[in-house]
Amino acid sequence: MTDPDPREDRRLDRRAFIRNATLFTATAAGLGAGLELLTRRPGADAQTLPEPVAQVRRPRPLGPYDTKEAVTPYRSVTTYNNFYEFGLDKGDPARNAGSLRTRPWTVTIDGEVKTPRTVDLDTLQSWFPLEDRVYRMRCVEGWSMVIPWMGFPLAALIRRADPTGAARYVKFTALHDPEQMPGQRRPVLDWPYVEGLRLDEALHPLAFMAVGIEGRVLPNQNGAPLRLVVPWKYGFKSIKSVVRITLTREMPRTTWALAAPSEYGFYANVNPQVPHPRWSQATERRIGEGGRRPTLLFNGYTQVADLYRGLDLRRNF
Amino acid sequence: MWTGGALPAVILVWDALTGALGANPVQRATLQSGLLTLALLLLSLACTPLRLLTGWTWPARIRRALGLLAFGYGTLHFLIYLYDHGFTLAVMQEDVLERPFVTAGFLALLLLLPLALTSTPASVRRLGFRTWTRLHRLAYASAALGALHYFWGVKQDRTAPLVWAAVLLGLLLLRWYRPSRPMS
Repeated sequence: MTDPDPREDRRLDRRAFIRNATLFTATAAGLGAGLELLTRRPGADAQTLPEPVAQVRRPRPLGPYDTKEAVTPYRSVTTYNNFYEFGLDKGDPARNAGSLRTRPWTVTIDGEVKTPRTVDLDTLQSWFPLEDRVYRMRCVEGWSMVIPWMGFPLAALIRRADPTGAARYVKFTALHDPEQMPGQRRPVLDWPYVEGLRLDEALHPLAFMAVGIEGRVLPNQNGAPLRLVVPWKYGFKSIKSVVRITLTREMPRTTWALAAPSEYGFYANVNPQVPHPRWSQATERRIGEGGRRPTLLFNGYTQVADLYRGLDLRRNF
Repeated sequence: MWTGGALPAVILVWDALTGALGANPVQRATLQSGLLTLALLLLSLACTPLRLLTGWTWPARIRRALGLLAFGYGTLHFLIYLYDHGFTLAVMQEDVLERPFVTAGFLALLLLLPLALTSTPASVRRLGFRTWTRLHRLAYASAALGALHYFWGVKQDRTAPLVWAAVLLGLLLLRWYRPSRPMS
């Protein structure tokens, strides 16, 4: 019996080493890449700033409704959005909303008003002096932001529309156009998106119609060209890309209240005492902060409490 | 196996450090670690049917690593959830007891714990193969609870959770259909 040729042995070793290394690399890369593909959803990229609609004043004077809390970075405000008309992922609106054409844009004001009319947005905007409002925004999902809106009070628009004595509610309807809003090609929600307020809520000085953020034109993903902002209610009440405002006698049937009545009510007032069926509403994450902070009743806007005197907010959530 | 399985965790940390997780990194990390748990759990459950169908032996050799990786990502998912709530046990207790969505996820992870602890060959010997096998069928229960947890956690569009659930159902059916036959 002869000893095996040591050179032969080494060659086998090398072959085995190469085979094992290849196997190792292929398995690791394959498994790792497969898992990444299945699970990774990176955030949206930053984009160029929209043009300013007014001189951006810094520091701007604080008005009676403004919060002094730190404003959320513009990049977060414009890349982290719930706007199902452009997709379900938070980054989808920033990626997909470029297809929305915001001019020409008309808004129809009808229902229980003395003279129903359809008006060009630029005309409508020229009726009211633009104001800045730094508001807290609390999403029903448990996160919040501070956003410097620019726009005009909803009450001014309602008064200008001249409601009849029968008007009790205001119904807002968003644009329905699957060509411009690719998310509407899937029946995720009952399109178009509809929201509503009681007339007295709509007339509260905090209720606001926004056309900009921080003095710049509202980015499409934030609800361009015209959106509602109701800071004491969860974010989904603040309907985006509004095309119709209807004064009604009956409580409007709103999109989320129809989609999941046990989870999203008509009022949707921010309330730490009323949990969502799947999570507590007692705390929230301010975007950009590590920990959570306690959620305040009416998102801290206690001046609206009078609107709900005698109303059981647990039942009417 | 381990290197490949650890890659997503490394990339997750990298993404978190470079800001690629977006404006709400905690939420993004929670979602991704949860999905990774479910994916690895289903992969580990696919090993036995795959071996039976093809006669290959390598799926059996990687099954343990996949299962333990699933447990690892499940634990990470849970730790991120705890971090999200400031490690306050009162909040966790309320969540687990009162919200079925959280209960399902918590139970899914809890069921994986004995499986991870008895993942060594020594445990198989100590428990006896039959008992060990029966115990490790809990992986299916855990995956089912995990899929339910995902389904309940999604706000409106339930396509993705349903796809995961369908894959799990397929694996379960293969499992029930096969064992009566002799192993190849």
